[in-house]
Amino acid sequence: MNATFARAWSPIGVFGDGWPWIALEPTSSRTTLFPALNVWADDAALHVEAEVPGLGLQDIDVSVMGDELTISGERADVVDATVTQHRRERGVGKFSRTVHLPVAVEPGRVEASLKDGVLSITLPKAEALRPRKIEVRNAR
Amino acid sequence: MTRHASNPDNPGSTPQAAEPTRGARTYRPNVDVLERADEILLFADMPGVAHDGIDIRFEHGTLTIHASVRPREPADRDYLLHEYGVGDFRRSFDVSEAVDASRISAEYVEGVLTVHLPRTAESQPRKIPVRVA
Repeated sequence: MNATFARAWSPIGVFGDGWPWIALEPTSSRTTLFPALNVWADDAALHVEAEVPGLGLQDIDVSVMGDELTISGERADVVDATVTQHRRERGVGKFSRTVHLPVAVEPGRVEASLKDGVLSITLPKAEALRPRKIEVRNAR
Repeated sequence: MTRHASNPDNPGSTPQAAEPTRGARTYRPNVDVLERADEILLFADMPGVAHDGIDIRFEHGTLTIHASVRPREPADRDYLLHEYGVGDFRRSFDVSEAVDASRISAEYVEGVLTVHLPRTAESQPRKIPVRVA
C-alpha cells in the first residue's frame, strides 16, 4: 500500500533542463508533483513557496548546493491497522524535489519558515547580482 | 466494502452554498476518509487557512467543509514558476452512515483539517456472540 502512494510523489526535477526553466506546466492548476512550488523573484532575493500540509519542521529538509535547491522529507501515514480506508488522496511517504536556481544566491543566508502547511524559502541573491542604485552627484 | 463518502466529482443533488462573490478561485482539497469502529475520520489538506476561517456543516447527511485562505498572492507578482493557485477550499460529502451530529469535532494542525464524525451507538458494529446449543 505504501508503495502505491510513494509513487504518487513524483521525484526530482521539473525543470532540470536549464533555461527556460519555467512554464513546463500550465499555470494555476494543482499538479501531482509534491510539493507543488511557486517561485518568484524581487531585486534582493528569490522566493520559493511550497504547500506541505501535514509536515512539521522535523519532517522537512531544505538544502542549497551550488545552484540547486532541494526540498525533501517524508509524510507519515495516518493509517493504522484499526481503520477501514474509504478514500485515499493524500500521498504519503518520502519525497524530494530539486530545482535549478536561475541566479546565484548566498547559501549562508537562505531562510525558511513553515506556517500552517506553507513552506516559505527566501534565497538572497548573490551580492554582485543585486541592482545597485548609483548616486548621481552634481559635477562641480 | 461500504462507501460512506459519495463521489464528489458528481455532486448530484448535493446542496451547495452560494458562490463566492469575489473572483478568487476555490479549490477542492485532497482528502483521506477512514473508518474506525466508533467514528468516521476525514483528513483534508488545506494549507494556509486562516484559523477562524474554517466552516464545517453537517446537514441532511451532507458534510461540507469550507476554509478561507489568507491571500498571499499579490496581483502584480510575476512568477518564475507557478504550480498552484491560492484560494479557498471547499468540498462536500454525502455521509450515509448514522452520525451523531452533536458530537462532530474538528482540529486544524499543520495545514491539515481533521474531522471526527462519531457514529451513533446504534450504527456501531457489534459482535454477536454465538452460543453452541
